Amino acid sequence: MVLMKMKFPFEKRMKLAQGLWLLSWIATLAGAFTFTLGCFLKTELRRRAEVMDNTEIHAVPNTLMIVGLASLGINYFAGRMCQDALDAGRFPRWKTFLQPYWGVSLLFTLLMLTTVIMSYAMKGNLEWSLKIGLKNGIRFYKDTDTPGRCFQKQTIDRLQMEFQCCGNTDFKDWFEVQWISNRYLDFSSKEVKDRVKSNVDGRYLFDGVPFSCCNPSSPRPCIQDRLTNNSAHYNYEHQTEELNIYIRGCREALVNYYMGLMNTIGAAVLSIFLVQSSVLVSLRYLQTAMEAVAGQENTEIETEGYLLEKGVKETIMEYVTPVLVFLQLNQVGSEDAEAGETPAK
Amino acid sequence: MALMKVKFDLKKRVKLAQFVWLMYWFSVMAGVLVFSMGLFFKIELRKRSEMMDNNESHFVPNLLIGVGLLACGINAMGGKICYDSLDPSKFSRWKPMLKPFLVSCVAFNCLLVLTALLCFLMRIPLQFTLAEGLKNALKFYKDTDTPGRCYMKRTLDQMQMEFRCCGNNNFRDWFEIQWVSNRYLDFSAKEVKDRIGSNVDGKYLMDAVPFSCCNPGSPRPCIQYQVTNNTAHYSYDHHTEDLNIWKRGCRDALISYYGGMMNSIGALVLLVTILEVIVMIGLQYVNTSLSNLANPEDPECESEGWILEKTVKETFTDIMDKMKAMSKGNAVDEAGVDGVATGS
Repeated sequence: MVLMKMKFPFEKRMKLAQGLWLLSWIATLAGAFTFTLGCFLKTELRRRAEVMDNTEIHAVPNTLMIVGLASLGINYFAGRMCQDALDAGRFPRWKTFLQPYWGVSLLFTLLMLTTVIMSYAMKGNLEWSLKIGLKNGIRFYKDTDTPGRCFQKQTIDRLQMEFQCCGNTDFKDWFEVQWISNRYLDFSSKEVKDRVKSNVDGRYLFDGVPFSCCNPSSPRPCIQDRLTNNSAHYNYEHQTEELNIYIRGCREALVNYYMGLMNTIGAAVLSIFLVQSSVLVSLRYLQTAMEAVAGQENTEIETEGYLLEKGVKETIMEYVTPVLVFLQLNQVGSEDAEAGETPAK
Repeated sequence: MALMKVKFDLKKRVKLAQFVWLMYWFSVMAGVLVFSMGLFFKIELRKRSEMMDNNESHFVPNLLIGVGLLACGINAMGGKICYDSLDPSKFSRWKPMLKPFLVSCVAFNCLLVLTALLCFLMRIPLQFTLAEGLKNALKFYKDTDTPGRCYMKRTLDQMQMEFRCCGNNNFRDWFEIQWVSNRYLDFSAKEVKDRIGSNVDGKYLMDAVPFSCCNPGSPRPCIQYQVTNNTAHYSYDHHTEDLNIWKRGCRDALISYYGGMMNSIGALVLLVTILEVIVMIGLQYVNTSLSNLANPEDPECESEGWILEKTVKETFTDIMDKMKAMSKGNAVDEAGVDGVATGS
């Protein structure tokens, strides 16, 4: 039983070939666009690579780039094939090419869909990577004299100013870390000695945040130190004060930014997926309609086009059976070998 | 003796017309580019108009926008003329208009040169506007509760962070004004009373700068308060410390930003002028070569084209004579009218 049979008179075949040719060019442009989107996303991820612990999230833009390039090739050949479809004599030479072509194009079209799913599924991965990366960034903020870490301070400061955030989860992360280097602490003063003694690790901890946490929209000049001490500042209550420093944590800010980016890209890739699928469906109809014409004297007869010659189940069985036979042969072969060995002993 | 005479046969005429038509299309795109540059410049000026007291002159960007639109119009018309020149019947329609059109092209090119010159010169008035505007902006930094000025703090903070600058001329401008609002000063504290008592106007002045002056590239956490007091901070010498806060003043920063923009736009307008002059010369050749067909009935005969019919000197004296004749004609008419009036 054939899947989705359609009748194709000569004019309809011609129209299908012409429409498909135009569609394949649009799909080629869409493929190039997908590649650009992948490049853009990769660049954005690389810009903040210093606050990310691992690069697993880069799988999304990498796949997008591969899919974009592949769809350029797929749609180029689709265009060539439907150009030849207008001439019944030239179409049969594509016959041997079509089997691997369908395999490759179905694979990459499904990969396009998987990319969109991946971009949503890897949110947790991204968040985890940012959590560790930001924790290290805040820890190494003071190490401006250590090679390899001397730009952490500048990176974190610029990040906090640009994304309007403070700390990892929130601003209190700065209270748990010594973010002033020992080079700038006067160890002979009482205050420093008290603070250093007050915790096990001997760190200089205090309830202050760097200047990059300051919110320019605040009506009053920024209060950076003694944040939790209401009496240290005139007319100040830290429980109700919202505009003084950024309350949001940088992890949340960055995750929102990247998820927003990936949502937009995902929507674009979904529409490109629809275009690509319609190209493949039309090409399949054109192929089956033209195959019926091959060998006939009158090339202008009406033919039938279909998606699958047999039903879905039967087609799957058709492809899976050789694989099963191959596996069974292996099994039978190994049994024989064992049976052959044991009598020999 | 004509200026730069060239012989043209039919093929050469056709090639010339096609080439000039193509160049006119490039000129239309160049006109669009000038228009968009003018628009971009206008938007950039408006973005920072608070720093200029809302007093800045928009003459140059408006002129750029007008010139861009005019260039599009003139070049489109020139392109149409060139396109029609390949067909003798259509060209004869345009013939009477061509001389005034070319004269207006000359005037337009002079306008373009003037625009480019103004772009380069606009730096000077901008400097004065910015000096005045920034001084007031710093004064109104603390007025976050006054309607009309409540966003000055945010604008100034964001500008200092973006342009990496501090204060008007330099960071010391912040020492001379009160940038902390009275709402956040405890007037019962001794320190506040001392500071207010220490100057004539009763302003709370201190040697401190806002957080937006801080340089993220500094290896140590930002020192904003007691900037000139070496003993207040461990291992700190404000004379040698240059990474702590931005040293540059915002006026310099904004001038170099806008100056760079205006220089590029001026250079672009000069390039567009050169392109316009080339197409104008091309159109003149098309015009003269088609007007001077030896045999008007035969389109395939040879003809000559030139830029000016006589030499530059002779053309100039001709124009002067014509203008004198016109003004004399006016004078004779007036004398005649007067004579008639007095006579009667």
